[in-house]
Amino acid sequence: MSGLSLSHEPVTGVPNGKLAMWIFLASEIMFFTGFFGAFIVLRNSNLELFSHSAGELNKGLALLNTFILIGSSLTMALSILNLEKGNTAKFRLFLGLTILCGFGFLIVKTIEYTTKFGHHIFPWTNVFFSFYFIMTGFHALHVIAGMIPMFFMFIKSFTKKGYNYPTKVETLGLYWHFVDLVWIFLFPVLYLIFPSH
Amino acid sequence: MQTAVANANEIHGHDTHHGADHAHHELSFIRKYIFSTDHKVIAKQFMAVSLFFLFVGGLFALMIRWQIAYPGSAIPLIGNILPNSWVSDGAVTANFYTQLLTLHGTVMIFYVIIPLAVGMFGNFCIPLMIGTDDMALPRLNMFSFWLVPPAGLIMLSGFFYDSGTAAAGWTGYPPLGPTSGPGQTTWLVSLFMIGFSSIMGGTNYMATVLNKRAKGLQLLQMPLTVWALFITAILITLGTPVLAAAIAMQICDQYLHTGFFMPDNLLVTAPDNTYVTNAFIAQGNQLLEHKQLLGGGGQPILWQHMFWFYSHPAVYIMILPGMGIVSDVLSTFARKPIYGYKAMIFAIMAIAFLGFIVWGHHMFQSGMNPLLGTTFMLSTILIAVPSAIKVFNWLGTIWKGNIRFTAANMNALAFIATFIIGGLSGVFMASAPVDIYIHDTYFIVAHIHYVLFGGALFAIFAGIYYWFPKMYGKMLNENLGRKHFYWSFVFFNLTFYPMHILGVGGHMRRIYNPYIYEFLQPLQPMNQFVTFAAIILGFSQLILVVNILWSLKYGKAAPRNPWQSNSIEWSAPAHPGHGNFDTDIVVYRGPYEYSVPGRESDFYPQTEPPSENEVPVHSGH
Repeated sequence: MSGLSLSHEPVTGVPNGKLAMWIFLASEIMFFTGFFGAFIVLRNSNLELFSHSAGELNKGLALLNTFILIGSSLTMALSILNLEKGNTAKFRLFLGLTILCGFGFLIVKTIEYTTKFGHHIFPWTNVFFSFYFIMTGFHALHVIAGMIPMFFMFIKSFTKKGYNYPTKVETLGLYWHFVDLVWIFLFPVLYLIFPSH
Repeated sequence: MQTAVANANEIHGHDTHHGADHAHHELSFIRKYIFSTDHKVIAKQFMAVSLFFLFVGGLFALMIRWQIAYPGSAIPLIGNILPNSWVSDGAVTANFYTQLLTLHGTVMIFYVIIPLAVGMFGNFCIPLMIGTDDMALPRLNMFSFWLVPPAGLIMLSGFFYDSGTAAAGWTGYPPLGPTSGPGQTTWLVSLFMIGFSSIMGGTNYMATVLNKRAKGLQLLQMPLTVWALFITAILITLGTPVLAAAIAMQICDQYLHTGFFMPDNLLVTAPDNTYVTNAFIAQGNQLLEHKQLLGGGGQPILWQHMFWFYSHPAVYIMILPGMGIVSDVLSTFARKPIYGYKAMIFAIMAIAFLGFIVWGHHMFQSGMNPLLGTTFMLSTILIAVPSAIKVFNWLGTIWKGNIRFTAANMNALAFIATFIIGGLSGVFMASAPVDIYIHDTYFIVAHIHYVLFGGALFAIFAGIYYWFPKMYGKMLNENLGRKHFYWSFVFFNLTFYPMHILGVGGHMRRIYNPYIYEFLQPLQPMNQFVTFAAIILGFSQLILVVNILWSLKYGKAAPRNPWQSNSIEWSAPAHPGHGNFDTDIVVYRGPYEYSVPGRESDFYPQTEPPSENEVPVHSGH
């Protein structure tokens, strides 16, 4: 029975999990496209409100977060590279750095949100801020969702067996780069493309 | 066999190792039947849950029909046992009626047709028909099923709120949607969950088809069922997330009072709440009194765009798997190759592509720019081309075939007939000037039921009759199967055909009491006729339930290949266990080599090696 070779090498040459991740990312693109599309429509009908409100956002903190996320993509890539080479200590180091960057991003985000609340700006203040909170909020949820498996891998790498599934880390890396990329779109669209008042 | 063993041992990595060694040690009951990763068990789970919801949704429909035929009179049998918040004197209240309408549509689409067509057949057919042991990601597959029962319970739980469940129609249009009570939220949350389940399933199907095909199986040798499910999976993964985004925005509109879909200066007075958007609302220097302040600046039509961007492809999500199933069933029982195999695949692709650029035809009357309407009208009418290609190819397939009138085949033939009627009435509505007249009437109710019940559900019945032997190892009773078919087909047409006439007569859909419109009173006998036909149609489905239960216990044991079919799943044991196949699968040809000249038997399984003196059959035509 177990002699059957039904479970052969993937036909495309891409491991199953990784292929599914690519497909899932296409789905994720459509998810954020929903928000971006709605944003474009309502921006055009509320142009003045949007540019006025966008002026209240903190570009500096957003820029900082951009660097943090891009940095985390670099450390993620380095951790994959090191695991593939079998350099587990460096894998652990870079994965840990990635998690730290994730926390850093979330902390900066929290500062941003609480300052907004302090200025009496809430999701229901106006439709621009509705978009600001829901888009950055869902993005932050994606950051958290990526950090959870990272955390498990990080903990497991301390056990006796260690963590030695480069394909899984690479698949997670794909997701992480995607989350990074979403921010690369969110940053200009929400913070930059409006003339400041 | 030596090489096969060697191959199995060579397989490395975590993705595949459990497929080989699970054959030996026994799984616990829970892992085997409840939290199973076996695609066949998951398919059966989808089947059980969806058939339960088919019963629930059907009950809703009959309650709706009773109210339309005999407004204000008690529902027979169940009217007097329903809680008082739902019925008064046994008759459905207006509020409960709109809830029933909403939930009938939602349940039938999201909990019956999609889980049956995609969840059940996708899970059951794909791995077997491409000759592999399981899905690419079995555990993800399990999660995708286990989101469905809680989502379904959340959906039904809305009924137990004092204010009732969602009542804004299955389309949930704002501003009505976001200003409704908590029932709307359970509806939205439930849809979000089932959408997530769909996306996980779709991702898995695509990865499976791309990565796990048996040795020698080219893409253009796959049965049309697999092709249809593969394209459906693309629609699911690209369409559903947009609905998810829209749902998230509507939930925010409801609870955070954001204004995505709420325009400025909107005043809604609901029985228990008054909603006012944006503080611009002032009379003189005084702000209006209000209990709640909602954000404004949004557009209700934006929801419609986002909703239909998913929900139009969703109708193809529901019908494409059926088209695939019907192709396979027809070809098998006509003992002929499918006519125009490649044309069929390209037609599926064309339908799927066009399906993404036609959503505006649901919105001709919404206040959308009429110029946009013209574009959507043209692209919609274009869909008739690939649809007609498919219909003509099915007719070409059965043309001069040696047709076997099995229950499966009869349902497949009925699919063609009803799909033609439903397709033609679709062309009426695709044309904006005609749609202005028949929009929001029973004509559109007739249309959707001809394509979703007459189309998708008959195809699903065909699939159940066709694959039941492989699913459970028992043959269904053909006699009961035919009876179920005749009763369903006759009373389906008697139920839904008159609705065309009602619609052209001006009968609005979703109305609670037709008696309050004088011009509808001459149509009332037809309404009552439809209701009685619907009741018989509903009860006819019990024949299927009885047939399934009876055959599971007393049915004849199924042989490996009861229909003398070509595709790979019939090379598996009669009732395949975990791992599916007992031999290695190598594929030599496409799935439609029926009645090959010069062969003794009239079929030629995909897995049968060619005899030595035979000219190899050219693949994929």
